[in-house]
Amino acid sequence: MARIESEIGVPKGGFMKWIDDRFPLTETMQYHITQYYASKNFNWWYLFGVLAMVVLMIQLFTGIFLTMNYKPSADEAFASVEYIMRDVEWGWLIRYMHSTGASFFFIVVYLHMFRAMLYGSYKKPRELIWIIGMMIFFALFAEAFSGYLLPWGQMSYWGAQVIISLFGAIPAIGETLVEYIRGDYSISDITLNRFFALHVILIPIALIALVFVHIVALHHVGSSNPDGVEIKDHKGPDGIPLDGVAFHPYHTTKDLVGIIVFLMLFSAVVFFAPDLGGYFLEHANFEAANRMVTPEHIAPVWYFTPFYAILRAVPDKLWGAVLMASAVLLPLFLPWLDRSRVRSIRYRGWIYRLALTLFVISFATLGWLGMQPVDSIYVIMSRIFSVVYFGFFLLMPYYTAIDKTKPVPDRVVYHG
Amino acid sequence: MTDDVDQKRRHFLTVATAVTGGVGIAFAMYPFLASLKPSARAQALGAPVEVPVGTLEPGEMIRVMWRGRVVFILRRNEEMLSRLPLSTDLLVDPDSAKEDQQPEFAVNEYRSMKPEFLVVEGTCTHLGCAPIAQIDVGPADDWFGGFFCPCHGSRFDLSGRVYKGVPAPDNLRVPPYRFIREDLIMIGADSGAA
Repeated sequence: MARIESEIGVPKGGFMKWIDDRFPLTETMQYHITQYYASKNFNWWYLFGVLAMVVLMIQLFTGIFLTMNYKPSADEAFASVEYIMRDVEWGWLIRYMHSTGASFFFIVVYLHMFRAMLYGSYKKPRELIWIIGMMIFFALFAEAFSGYLLPWGQMSYWGAQVIISLFGAIPAIGETLVEYIRGDYSISDITLNRFFALHVILIPIALIALVFVHIVALHHVGSSNPDGVEIKDHKGPDGIPLDGVAFHPYHTTKDLVGIIVFLMLFSAVVFFAPDLGGYFLEHANFEAANRMVTPEHIAPVWYFTPFYAILRAVPDKLWGAVLMASAVLLPLFLPWLDRSRVRSIRYRGWIYRLALTLFVISFATLGWLGMQPVDSIYVIMSRIFSVVYFGFFLLMPYYTAIDKTKPVPDRVVYHG
Repeated sequence: MTDDVDQKRRHFLTVATAVTGGVGIAFAMYPFLASLKPSARAQALGAPVEVPVGTLEPGEMIRVMWRGRVVFILRRNEEMLSRLPLSTDLLVDPDSAKEDQQPEFAVNEYRSMKPEFLVVEGTCTHLGCAPIAQIDVGPADDWFGGFFCPCHGSRFDLSGRVYKGVPAPDNLRVPPYRFIREDLIMIGADSGAA
């Protein structure tokens, strides 16, 4: 006899029954956790979603404690961060967890996005999950950018100066818009104060809301898998996908292993190299903001540098800003740019594999170039790799349509 | 009371309610948007500043703050002024033809009231970094002294005029200023020029 799955774990009385009569607790737990079936052949690429959630928790938690000692004023901000580092008990740990968390957030999110590109997770019917995910990515950019101003170091100040000035490139309304963002004629105490508000209130709320919607959409259509087949197409007599296993306890247990490995790496950075040689915390930022002097070498933190390199590749203010904005926005359209009949890289032809490889190389190289000083050879390289970056997206409808694909199996398969 | 619903009337009332509410919300948003503008205090702090320049040696430069921005005051010597024509062909706007980049009195090769004193905002017109003064000629063949922005490589000559082929679109901005005395400049107001 097949089990009647819906009856398992449904309380027949007691406290839970009392709750369930008033709030769909058991139903919600089943829908999202104990009876959410995801493919049994997930590989380690599928860890980054849950890891992103872990980092979000770390950031929210450590952020609250930082807020208790930080002072969002131009006169006090830099000193209050030093105060946290030196005088607050364990303050250094809380702050380094938060600053390391910012970089790890982007590592995890970039890998999470790359997973979607590997296995076509953004393709129909998961377009909205991808778009909501991109909105989370934009919110994360805003969160990281506003957060970087708060220590009021040299890089905080001049980085913000450069990025806010970008809005000034917008014809007609640009200059006024910049004044509305800064609330002053230059970046000042007023700007710092409002960025603090955005960083600790508006954007975190938006992030949490977007993550919630991201997961609701995911659980509605179901997770993708490395084969890019729909596990819902083959259900057993009990209505459960034959290739699916419950999120809890199966995927949660496996995810726990990933979380532990992740926390080991995270701790290694927090304890042994919190600035990671200037990549996670830039050396210029250990000096208080000075309006008179721009640091000799100015570069954003590593996660912004691919887009920054594209900005610098263009010898024109408006077009540089336009191209940079397009580079950030283009991935939004992936679900429609990709015309391939198959989802997973496993069954795609050599053209997409080559294109994706070139894309990864160009993205990584642009990231490196964005950290280099201004020099003609680097500018030329930035131009070449910018063309590759845009080519990957803009030529996609063409090359994915002609790419020879392999037959996709009916059910998920194991490879080694 | 009848079961017949007047759909047209219901539609009209729905739209009317939504539009009225929308207009109300738009008006209610105004105070919040306006609060983002520079406050009265920020505007007050943007008042003119007086800078004594009597002790400035020819060839020397000082940086002062006005409205939270850096202003360069460079006292150019004869030799520096003689270098200005050398870069003319390499510049985007050698005659300062573009308006709003400088007060009327600075629409000239020197971009200043008195050729000797250059007063420009030390804010790159690209993305707002502070350019570095590299007054001496070279080492590049086409460098006759001026200002170099380390952020994105924009270059300006000794009059703050932007070179071609760099990301900055405009010459360095000349703030309004006037000489109160021979050795005292007021930055931020140019009425009643000396």
